[in-house]
Amino acid sequence: MKYVDEFRDGQLAKGIAKAIAAEADPAKRYNFMEFCGGHTHAIARYGLEDLLPANVRMIHGPGCPVCVLPVGRIDNAIQLAQTPGVILCSYGDMMRVPGSKRTSLLKAKAAGAKVRMVYSTLDALKIAQANPDAQVVFFAIGFETTTPPTAIALKQAEALGLENFSIFCNHVLTPAAISNILESPEVRELGTVPLDAFIGPAHVSTVIGSKPYEYFAEEYQKPVVIAGFEPLDVMQAILMLVRQINDGRFEVENQFARAVTPDGNAKAKALVAEVFELRRSFEWRGLGLVPYSALRIKARYAAWDAEHRFVLPPLTVPDNKACECGAILRGLKKPADCRLFGTVCTPENPMGSCMVSAEGACAAHWTYGRFRSAAVD
Amino acid sequence: MCLALPALVKELLPDDLAKVELGGVTKEVSLALVADVQPGDYVIVHVGYALQRLDAAEAEKTLALFAEMAAVGEAAQQAS
Repeated sequence: MKYVDEFRDGQLAKGIAKAIAAEADPAKRYNFMEFCGGHTHAIARYGLEDLLPANVRMIHGPGCPVCVLPVGRIDNAIQLAQTPGVILCSYGDMMRVPGSKRTSLLKAKAAGAKVRMVYSTLDALKIAQANPDAQVVFFAIGFETTTPPTAIALKQAEALGLENFSIFCNHVLTPAAISNILESPEVRELGTVPLDAFIGPAHVSTVIGSKPYEYFAEEYQKPVVIAGFEPLDVMQAILMLVRQINDGRFEVENQFARAVTPDGNAKAKALVAEVFELRRSFEWRGLGLVPYSALRIKARYAAWDAEHRFVLPPLTVPDNKACECGAILRGLKKPADCRLFGTVCTPENPMGSCMVSAEGACAAHWTYGRFRSAAVD
Repeated sequence: MCLALPALVKELLPDDLAKVELGGVTKEVSLALVADVQPGDYVIVHVGYALQRLDAAEAEKTLALFAEMAAVGEAAQQAS
């Protein structure tokens, strides 16, 4: 595939790895967080950590919207699906994610609830048009990439006068989560969370642009390189971060210039601003309550807001006490440090957020990394 | 979740839709979030929507940089 295959050339990756090894100062340690689950997955799948010198370490961040959605909201979605007369439409990623008491949307569907898996918000609209007697709810999740498609669906529902369509909004924001990691109590208490720089998300940044990251670079004096999701993109971004650290710079650099501009997608941003507003606070699995980190539907569009149309009690379901996701998401621990990892917590039976989707740090380590690190040890 | 793929725009359709090709598979996606896309352009497609147009010149520059950086690495290894 054009614009994919040429960004996966193994020979070039080895060459860039040699440049990283040559330029990384052996006296320094480089702790880089890739925020986004797409990068976590690429790093694990292509074994990029094996190409890096021992003093360059990748820390896997919380940028997987499936992983960070709290169990209470999944329970709410299952409740909606079980409500008579409701058809719940969901992206496939959410179907197997366990709620409390070992339920999931897939299990609820098997038990008779009307759950439909959709690829696009437009599919959910079509289902609403085809089922005028049912209430069709779209289970909206995701970062800044999936938010504009949700906004389009709402605007189209308004234009079509679709009264049986509503949106259960769970959209979350990338910059708020990065701030939370940098300002978390662990950072204040210990001052030792080793984060020297960030790899910024690829596709989120196609929408929001590179400007929102300038705040982190300046305020926290941390370099940021926005990178594509292919292995060579990630390797190049790591080399760019090594160079910034060596030079004492903390700038926002854009490795993914083929799709990211400073301002991002103006049309998409305007739509999102028209339809959504900030929530004062939102729970993230693994991070807890994060201020101003999520969006809700504006009052003007309340007619299409499922939280307005249905009674959805706020539910807080704590994770297993032994689960180390919070520490792993902040870079304090690694997946293998968790007692639950690979024993009671596996991708088939995830206990914590990092095991929930293929893009979570624990799931990626389970699928691609555990045998490799066992061989090294 | 936020994974998106570069797709070639084959044909513009009514209602802001377009036929695109993704590694040999033809799909219908929405162009409602992008402006001035023409057949022959590559777009980044996510959950059925084009999020951004792919800049072919920038992609070439990035590929050239990969080669440059890899050459720096190979030279450094030979020098050591």
